[in-house]
Formats: sequence, structure tokens, C-alpha cells
Amino acid sequence: MTRKDSLPVTDAHAVNVTGVSRIFSIKKKAAVTALESVDLTVAPGEFVSLIGPSGCGKSTLLRLIADLDQPSAGTIEVFGKTARKARIDQDYGIAFQQAGLLPWRTVRANIELPLELHKVGTAERRSRSTELLELVGLVDFGDNYPDQLSGGMQQRVAIARALAESPNLLLMDEPFGALDEMTRERMQNELIRICADTRAAVVFVTHSIPEAVFLSDRVVVMSPRPGRIRSVLPIRLGGPDDRSEHIREDTAFFDGVSAVRESLHGTPDSGNARGVDIR
Amino acid sequence: MTTGSSWWRRIGFGLLGVALLAGVWELYTFLGPAEGVVVGGVTVLPRTTDLAMPHIWVMFERLFEPVTSAAGSPPMWSAVLQASAFTLGVAGVGWLVAVVVGMLLALLMQRFRSAEQAVLPWIILSQTVPLIAIAPLVRRWGSALEIGEFSWENWMSVALIASYLAFFPISIGALRGLESPDTNHVELLHSYAAGWWRTLLRLRLPASVPYLLPALRLAAASAVIGTVVAEVSIGLRGGLGRMVVEFAAAAGGDPGKPWAPIFGAVLVGLLAAGLVSLIGLTLRRFRRAEVPA
Ligand SMILES: Nc1ncnc2c1ncn2[C@@H]1O[C@H](COP(=O)(O)OP(=O)(O)OP(=O)(O)O)[C@@H](O)[C@H]1O
Ligand SMILES: [Mg+2]
Repeated sequence: MTRKDSLPVTDAHAVNVTGVSRIFSIKKKAAVTALESVDLTVAPGEFVSLIGPSGCGKSTLLRLIADLDQPSAGTIEVFGKTARKARIDQDYGIAFQQAGLLPWRTVRANIELPLELHKVGTAERRSRSTELLELVGLVDFGDNYPDQLSGGMQQRVAIARALAESPNLLLMDEPFGALDEMTRERMQNELIRICADTRAAVVFVTHSIPEAVFLSDRVVVMSPRPGRIRSVLPIRLGGPDDRSEHIREDTAFFDGVSAVRESLHGTPDSGNARGVDIR
Repeated sequence: MTTGSSWWRRIGFGLLGVALLAGVWELYTFLGPAEGVVVGGVTVLPRTTDLAMPHIWVMFERLFEPVTSAAGSPPMWSAVLQASAFTLGVAGVGWLVAVVVGMLLALLMQRFRSAEQAVLPWIILSQTVPLIAIAPLVRRWGSALEIGEFSWENWMSVALIASYLAFFPISIGALRGLESPDTNHVELLHSYAAGWWRTLLRLRLPASVPYLLPALRLAAASAVIGTVVAEVSIGLRGGLGRMVVEFAAAAGGDPGKPWAPIFGAVLVGLLAAGLVSLIGLTLRRFRRAEVPA
């Protein structure tokens, strides 16, 4: 984690999204408003989840932050720079729903890909990939090819690859979406540990309420057509050390889950009177 | 991945196919009517005389007799091998030129969308021009070419025509391969701020291997056919094409003779395919299928 020291010690946010809209024009006629005047800030080291029904613009927002797409209006800053500059400076690591490993590269070579592209020396590359293989628990699989790995293992490789350059920001789009429940919970525990180790900020897209609550410092609930942020719910489940397996049975956890659920489905019986109440 | 045992199986099935063909041939010469089957003045099945359809053993025996009755004439097999080697060499040069040109065209088309729209129709159109038509042209242009020490030889015209036939599958296959990576991977490389060149080296070229190998094999076959046909139409001596024409004239009194260069052509085809398969072996790891999570 050598690069951690170069963390911008300014008060810059990890991510600062202001008034961002994204309108997709499909041919000449109908235009789809995927995002409308979205504001969001993520502090350095903070874990923020985006949750909302399908098509509400979660992936779009993530892709805008990653500079894989450009906003129709508004500005996006990553560590005080433009998204484009941040991408070129490799300030973030990204993991998608599909592991997206290159099938002709070994696990180790896949993890080393970003380092190789940025001309990191062989020895340094090797030690870094060894470190990461340990981190994701795949030391014995470094020389295997992706098709010899289970889905969960592939996803762990993808996460290791996203971490390769010790980014201060991790962008993840439903990285555990394709995994079974058990693997998923284990991966969540690992992710918490990894985040504690690397102190990276995370923007995490998910469909699962418990997952969002378990992982996050804040949960951002979005609503569709047009994609907007409906509410931002702070979650207090304690630091990574307290947030072990047993927390899933804790009342604070259940409170968080029901708060997110209420916000997602609108406030069911009491109308707007009660609102969303979460400490 | 091809394992050892499945290799033997494939060779076994190949031999079985050859044996079957030989069996059908012999069976027909044995059972078929001597004058063939003629329906309304049209011959639907060939005559089965020893002249029209010599026995397979006659063809093989002929390989071990001298080429002509003249004294000092070499045995047929050595003449055929020599001609085969010549043809294989020319075809090899044509194939290499085709690989270079085909790859360059594919890269150009991948890099610039507009190039694809402008060039692709011409590439397809080029294959509708019959070889026989362009052979004399190439020869004439070639003979006009003389730069210092370098002078255009007839075999170069033949190789050029072979490459004309062979670049087509390569450019099409390579283009498909270069465009095969899904957006997921392309965006990943984009997120690493990798430009076109590095995306090409790390992603597009490796991903194109499964598309390229069949194209290379097809191109090898095209190069061999192109070479033989061009040898005939340009009148180049030394190769199988000329031998086929010369020996065909002798069929009247020597039915086994025309078959010798045909065996040579089969040999050249097998060798060419085998060499390309060797390339495929060295690129094995690029042929791993991606298994989705
Ligand atoms: N490239 C595109 N072209 C046109 N419309 C798009 C494009 N990408 C996204 N959209 C539209 O934008 C909206 C938001 O899409 P987005 O993928 O961000 O949703 P999402 O919240 O990630 O959904 P899911 O949970 O299903 O992944 C959708 O209505 C979608 O149809
Ligand atoms: Mg999505």
C-alpha cells in the first residue's frame, strides 16, 4: 500500500457529484432520462451503497463517476479532479457484475494486468500480486486459468485486480450479484476486511437491502423514471471489528433493513407524516 | 483442448474416410457398366474401363516407375516430391503475403469505422473476379517491373495470385476476431487509460486468435489451390500445376500417370494444414473459452 501516503490530504471529497443528469437519446424520438439532477458526495474512506429498482440509473451513475460515460449536465469530481483526469491517474479501481477476467491470462496475470499496463516493473508486480492473492485467499490458484475457477473465485480475482493499484476509491457494480447466498455473505465479510485494510472509499451498487445495510456507512436509495436520489440513510453498525457475522442478527441491523425497505417502497401506511427515521 | 487420445481418434477417422473412398472407387469400377450410365445422351456416371478409372493399385505402382521411358528418367515419386516442394514453397510465400496484407486490412478496418465501410465491399468484390482472368494481367505487370538488381520473376506472379485468394479469409476472420471482445473488457481497458495500441496488444489480438486460426487454415488451402491454378495459367514450370496439365495429356496410354501430381497436391494440402495446426498448438492458451461466473 505504498500509494496510500499520497492520498490527497486536502479536504477534497472522494467523489463529488453535483446536479448531474444523463439523458440517453434513442435515435431521434424518445429520450430516456436515466438520471436527473443528482447530488452525492462520498468522503474518503466512506462506504456508500446505491440501491433502487432496476433501471433507476445506478449503473449509469457509477459509469459516470468512472468516466466510462459523460453526464448531459452537471459536474463530477473525483478527489477534486475531473472524472477524466481521475481515470487517467488511476484513482479508482472498478469491478463489474461479470468478473470480466481475460481467459487467456492466469489468475496472477489477470491481477497484474493494470500494473503491466502502467509499466510497473516485473518484481514489484509479482510481489503486489502475491500480496493480493493472499488478501482474497487465492494463493494456491495464482497459476490457474479463470475457467478453472468457480464464479465466486473469479469474482474475488476481479476484486483483487480492482485493488491492484491501491486505489483510494473502489467502484463496484453488483459484484456479488451472480453469487449464491453463502458465498455472497463470505465475500461481504471479506470486502469489509479489505476496506478496513486499504481505507479506500467505496461506491457499491446492489439490489440487496441486507447487503447494502451490512456493508455501508450510508445507503443511497434511488427511484426510477427519472433516476433520482430519494433518500440517503446513514447506517451505524460500528467499525469493521464489530461488524462481524453476529451483527446480522443485531437489532440495529434489522432497523437499518426496514428503514431502507420503507424508503424503497415509499412510506407504506403512514404517508409522509412519519418519514424515514433512522438514527 | 485436444488431448493425445483424441488426436489418434481424429487420425483414425481420417484414414477410415480415405479407405471408404478407395472402397467406393473400387466397388464402382467392379460393378459399374463399362460404358458408364448414360441418360438421354448425358453421362451421369463415368465409364469404368481401366483407362477412365484405373485401379488404385495401378496409381500407386505408377509412382515407383520412371516418369518417361527415356533413359535416365527419375522415378515418378521423386519428380512429384520435387514439384510438391516447389509448389509448397510458392504457396508459402503467397500465404505469408496474405497474412500480412489481411491483418493490415483488418487492423485498418477495426481502427477506422469509415475504413470498414469503404474497404469491406471491395474485399468481398475482389473474390468474385476469377483467377484465370487476373493471372495474365499480373504476369504482364510483373514483367514490366525491374528495379536495379531486382527483376520480377514468374514465380512471384504465382505467389501474388495465391495471396490474392488467401488474404480474403484472413482479413474477414481477423476483423471478426478483433471486434470480438465484449464491451465489458473494452471498458475495463478504457478505465486503465489504455490507448488503441495497448488495447490491441493486450485485448484485441489475443481475443482474435480463436477466429484467426480457422482463417489461417482456410487461407493455407486457398494459397495451395491458387498456386496450382496460377502455375497453369501463367505457365510456370517446376510445380504441380504444370505437371497436372502435362501428365493429363498422357492419360490415354498411361492411366496411372495423371494421378501422381494429384497425390502430390493432396500431400501439399495436408502439409500446409499441418503447419498451420502447429501454429495453433503454440497459441493454445488463447483458445480458452471464457466461462461466465
Ligand atoms: N447506453 C444506453 N442507451 C440508452 N439507454 C440507456 C443506456 N444505458 C442505460 N440506459 C437507460 O437508462 C436507465 C438506467 O439504466 P441503468 O443501467 O443505470 O439502471 P440500473 O439502475 O443499473 O438497473 P439495474 O439494477 O437493472 O442494473 C434505463 O432506463 C436504461 O434503459
Ligand atoms: Mg445496473
